[in-house]
Amino acid sequence: MIVALSIFLITVGSIAFHFWSPWWWTEVASNWGNMDDTILLTFWITGAVFVAILFFVSYCVWKYSYRKDRRAEYKPEDKKLESRLTWATAIGVAALLAPGLVVWNQYVTVPENAYKVEVFAYQWGWKYRLPGEDNILGKTDIKYINDENPFGLILEDPNGKDDLLVDAQELHVLKDRPVKFELRTIDVLHNFYVPQFRGKMDMVPGIVTYYWLTPTRVGDFEVLCAEYCGTGHYAMRGRVVVDEEKEYKKWEAKQITFEKMLAKNRKNDNLQLVKKDK
Amino acid sequence: MSDEYEHKLEAKSDYAGDASSVSTPDIDAVPDAELPDQELYHSHSWWTTYVFSQDAKYIGIQYALTAIGTGLLGLVLSWLMRIQLAWPGLGWLEPSSYYQFVTMHGMIMVVYLLTALFLGGFGNLLIPLMCGARDMAFPYVNMLSYWAFVVAVVVLLASFFVPGGPTGAGWTLYPPQAITAGTPGYNGGIILMLISLILFVAGFTMGGLNYIITVLQLRARGMTLMRMPLTIWGIFTATVLAMFAFPALLVGCLMMTLDSLLGTSFFMPAMVSLGETLTHEGGSPILFQHLFWFFGHPEVYIVALPAFGIVSDLLSVHSRKTIFGYRMMVWAIVGIGALSFFVWAHHMYVSGMNPWFGFFFATTTLIIAVPTAIKVYNWILTLWRGNIVLSLPMLFSLGFIVTFLNGGLTGLFLGNVTVDVPLSDTYFVVAHFHMVMGIAPILVVFGAIYHWYPLVTGRMMNETLGKVHFWITFIGSYAIYFPMHYQGFVGVPRRYYEIYDSPYVDVSTLLLNKFITIAVLIVGAAQLLFLYNLFASARLGKKAEKNPWKANSLEWQTPQMPPEHGNWGKELPKVYRWPYDFSVPGAKEDYIPQTQPPSEIIGAKVEKT
Repeated sequence: MIVALSIFLITVGSIAFHFWSPWWWTEVASNWGNMDDTILLTFWITGAVFVAILFFVSYCVWKYSYRKDRRAEYKPEDKKLESRLTWATAIGVAALLAPGLVVWNQYVTVPENAYKVEVFAYQWGWKYRLPGEDNILGKTDIKYINDENPFGLILEDPNGKDDLLVDAQELHVLKDRPVKFELRTIDVLHNFYVPQFRGKMDMVPGIVTYYWLTPTRVGDFEVLCAEYCGTGHYAMRGRVVVDEEKEYKKWEAKQITFEKMLAKNRKNDNLQLVKKDK
Repeated sequence: MSDEYEHKLEAKSDYAGDASSVSTPDIDAVPDAELPDQELYHSHSWWTTYVFSQDAKYIGIQYALTAIGTGLLGLVLSWLMRIQLAWPGLGWLEPSSYYQFVTMHGMIMVVYLLTALFLGGFGNLLIPLMCGARDMAFPYVNMLSYWAFVVAVVVLLASFFVPGGPTGAGWTLYPPQAITAGTPGYNGGIILMLISLILFVAGFTMGGLNYIITVLQLRARGMTLMRMPLTIWGIFTATVLAMFAFPALLVGCLMMTLDSLLGTSFFMPAMVSLGETLTHEGGSPILFQHLFWFFGHPEVYIVALPAFGIVSDLLSVHSRKTIFGYRMMVWAIVGIGALSFFVWAHHMYVSGMNPWFGFFFATTTLIIAVPTAIKVYNWILTLWRGNIVLSLPMLFSLGFIVTFLNGGLTGLFLGNVTVDVPLSDTYFVVAHFHMVMGIAPILVVFGAIYHWYPLVTGRMMNETLGKVHFWITFIGSYAIYFPMHYQGFVGVPRRYYEIYDSPYVDVSTLLLNKFITIAVLIVGAAQLLFLYNLFASARLGKKAEKNPWKANSLEWQTPQMPPEHGNWGKELPKVYRWPYDFSVPGAKEDYIPQTQPPSEIIGAKVEKT
């Protein structure tokens, strides 16, 4: 009796917790609201199975509790029932899978007009690079990284000259403009994750990974590293600010191009050399 | 062999259908043994009996105790981590220690506790007894297997004492971080971890060959494959999986050891490490992830399949009812085992591998839900119209159904590639895998220990203590992991030493952390009750009668209980039926042991097995 009741209460309690606990996802700030929809669909289908099975168990434990004068039913198999259950499950699973694959297809297909932004991860922080006026991100190579050229742009690549380098933890993106994050790391694995955007992808040294989204609401969001990357993992936080056009332009105007940064760094180096000579 | 045997079976069932016929010797016919009786090693001293034992029963107990001992360390580590998460202000742990404890906790629990306990522990104890063999096929190799495991554990624990401490790379040991500065234990602890895993795989292979060959070759006369208890099917299939999966881990470990010690670049691309450019070039970190998860996903089933098998037997015995859909259960075990090699990259949807793989692996992953669901249906249909004895093993089995169902369903979230994107690397994942491959199998372990304890010691464990242990463990762990899923929805990432006051994480989420930690401390402490019960009952427990649960399977039919060296006395048992003939109409008792010949139960309407 107590056992049956407990299983019943656990089931009811879980449902109540689901609907009334304060813990739920943050308000979405990108076009990936349909990921939330697939989660909700999954909740409804799996929730129904959860409740049905546990109520059934609870009923069985209550109804068929041991009595000396009674014998269990002897029924090793029931082909019909087994095949019905199998088919019902297969249909349920297909209902979960199909919409999931549709959304995944959208997630991995980047729209052509997406604005490319490089997210640059290192132990333990973030930098960003915008393509500049030509809308093309210049090529990079890890061998080119030094104090003068912290992003490791290939000096010979003309496309890199006008790239805007954001040597700060904060990135601004324009509301309603699709953006493709090109994810690059110079050391270990990282993952560029903003809970409100829903998207996620690991950054792997040696390759450039990506995902895309369209910011849908103005706001100031925290960036977290979502792939364990060493002792400082938990402290690897950045910020993404979604702006309307006016604010965005203001911020963009403050960023300097690779060419200018290089010139400035070289001048500094020369100054330091001069100082040393003295 | 099988053809001739089928023929005799048919002859037998004709007789059984005709109850009026007088018993004839024919209906009890069982084919002759194909192999001569095994020659056993007989120990002569205390050392060869209890330490370097070649008797599978002792080896099983050695494996189990070593695994449980190591697991206790894993439990204590989880306490330390949870205290840090609940009260980050205390400054209780350094970030590096936190990550080291996370790593060691994970690896210990998955490999050194669960794998060793289910296969090394229950495998050794139950395979020979349930198959009707005198011992494993190769007792000496079996002994070596255990001692290789001991050395692996010692090497693992030694990493706590090397400079830099144990590795803090996370239990997945992903390179490059596993072997580059910036991760605790990147040059000492990680090497010991890799060596320990290599030793474990070597030792496990010795044991695993034994389990497979014993099941295939040394079954008693009449014990066809389709008469084997599901426990054996589970352990057998899991061992086959392990034989295919562990080599991937082994080469992964070897290659990473070379990358670290000799400067090769299997997994290491050109990279900068804390401002310094490394000499590696051209390696692929994702290759390691493929190798790791090609092992890692089957590993989930290496733990789960024995639990599936054992819980099937516990449910059947303690509800005095035939397991529902035995053949479907067997095929589900085999099918899940086979499919488990085609789903590994669902751990890698957001790893940076080619995103188009997502379609394939999401589909295979959701397909595996079908045989798994069938198993759940068959467990609950076994309860339906049963005669359910609420003994300790039954309580734990019910706990398993609740937690496994919960964890299995959340697997449908994570397996479905789109749903995984927002949830991966959050506490939703942590909650999911603890529920499905932590709590659920552990509840089966407890159920199994309460069930087979009398077989090992000849005494019963204390029922009251066991019930207290059950309720705290079951309700407590549900209270730990159920709410944890919702932290994942909020977006709390896993492997965070502390979450600070992130703008999207409100106070209540931090409060929930405290609640979970308190539950962890209570559940952990309740295991002391279990340990006390485990050791004290060996002396103080009520003497068990023979076959105390009135089970049918062979391990309870030995001439002595606990079984002696060689298990079966002079003659090996003969098997006439499957182990699930419970509550057969027309039979005198509500159970018919596998060794009971048809001539003794004339009138019982047994279905042919």
